[in-house]
Amino acid sequence: MPILNFMRRPHNELEREGRSAAEVQRDQHEPEKTCPNCHKEQPLSRLWANGNVCSCGYHFRMSARQRIRFLTDKDTFSELFADISSGDPLGFPGYAEKLETVGAASGERDAVICGTAKIGGTDCCMFVMEPYFMMGSMGAVVGEKITRLFEYATEKRMPVLGCTVSGGARMQEGLISLMQMAKTSAAVLRHSEAGLFYLVLLTDPTTGGVTASFAMEGDIIFSEPGATVGFAGARVVEQTTRKALPKGFQTAESLLEHGFVDAILPRSRQREVISNVLRMHSESEGRDAE
Amino acid sequence: MTAYERVRTARGKRPTGIDYINGIFDGFLELHGDRRFGDDPAIVGGVAWLGDKPVTVIAVEKGHTTKERAARSFGAPSPEGYRKALRLMKQADKFGRPVICFVDTSGAYCGVGAEERGQGQAIAENLMTMMSLRVPIISLLVGEGGSGGALALAVADRVWMLENAVYSVISPEGCASILWKDSSRAEEAAACLKLTAQDALKLGVVEAVLSERGLGQPAYYAGLRARFLAEIERLEAREDLTEQRYERFRAFGRPESV
Ligand SMILES: [Zn+2]
Repeated sequence: MPILNFMRRPHNELEREGRSAAEVQRDQHEPEKTCPNCHKEQPLSRLWANGNVCSCGYHFRMSARQRIRFLTDKDTFSELFADISSGDPLGFPGYAEKLETVGAASGERDAVICGTAKIGGTDCCMFVMEPYFMMGSMGAVVGEKITRLFEYATEKRMPVLGCTVSGGARMQEGLISLMQMAKTSAAVLRHSEAGLFYLVLLTDPTTGGVTASFAMEGDIIFSEPGATVGFAGARVVEQTTRKALPKGFQTAESLLEHGFVDAILPRSRQREVISNVLRMHSESEGRDAE
Repeated sequence: MTAYERVRTARGKRPTGIDYINGIFDGFLELHGDRRFGDDPAIVGGVAWLGDKPVTVIAVEKGHTTKERAARSFGAPSPEGYRKALRLMKQADKFGRPVICFVDTSGAYCGVGAEERGQGQAIAENLMTMMSLRVPIISLLVGEGGSGGALALAVADRVWMLENAVYSVISPEGCASILWKDSSRAEEAAACLKLTAQDALKLGVVEAVLSERGLGQPAYYAGLRARFLAEIERLEAREDLTEQRYERFRAFGRPESV
């Protein structure tokens, strides 16, 4: 790492915007990223400008706010339910402190951001999970916000776009966390029964209780390339079966092959395809909404 | 009894799904297969008489002997098991039959094939579909209630637990190894996870904890039969079952209860 870059501040808005406080802080110490795929080192500024995608096509992780900025039309995102924050329903040792630390570092109250926005001119409700808040784990707040979003979308007759990233259930919230799987599924069902459209974009990684609930309940399910998507963790499967995992196990590409996602969508095509498919399901807007 | 002693009891030698089916119902007819891929021996399902009432029964089966247990995947259902349950539940809905589930699993089966055939998708579909059934659903947790694999048979109007059953989002061993990198601290994790029947009752996750006095005896099954019949009668009298079921699950983790 070039020493001169070490203390460099983000030098333009593009770099700063859309990142969580934690990312900004981390990136100041790590202005170049090495691609795990092609091993090339590259300046963050170039990465950010390219939707956090390496020139080789590797998709780096994105914070929820960066993803929202990336997907939505400029200045159209309006956040909903931002004031809900986590409690500690079980009084789990260390959890309250953990929430505080993670909250301060990420600048977020929990692991999902909800709101309304336009994508290519079409209105939608959207939720975007936050990998930098306890790896998008689902507790009461994630469940509540997503449920409220589906209820809101059902009432307003709007489609929902959901971008998932999650390590699974928030175990510090025990059974309350588990119940969020049923609660969110119930809200998805009502939205679906009202004839409304739910589009899922799976991102790396989507696992556990999120995979076993709203991530797999979309009318159409897209995935980013290379994303890990599964129910049980790959390491657990390997330890349990004591066999080497097949190549590509639990990747988006493998899910496509087995019939569990509709298409793989690199970031370069996401806005175009998502806005098109939203328009196809729009009750009010025609083909040329934009 | 400590939480971890309950875990051990729940995992120990006790009646399994088929014992409850044979003890409680008459004329059980097992129906096999998911009509998609296969038939999962970890889930037994079919139709039976509950007194004078035809019902659909679905039970996780762990088996008793080592051989049986291996043949039943130790009660860890594969996607085919959840899809068989789904098929039977839709059938119950079509013919207006109440659904009774017996849950006893350490969790959904963990394997390459199960993942490739959509374990997560299978569970997710059950959660959604159970929410939509117009017939009463009662789930009784008789042993282990392991995470999403248990919930996939427990999105019910009434969820009851035997007093030594446990219900948890993760196994205490898994929790300890993730959180403290030390699976030997499972006992401590079990206490933190609030996974006993009494804990679940306090959290409102179950409506009732049933005593295990006389467990496995004919009189015990007769008691369960009477209890199911009475509750089904109450539930069948309701006009707004799906609405009530929605509210039942909607209530978990509302901000005021967070
Ligand atoms: Zn690269």
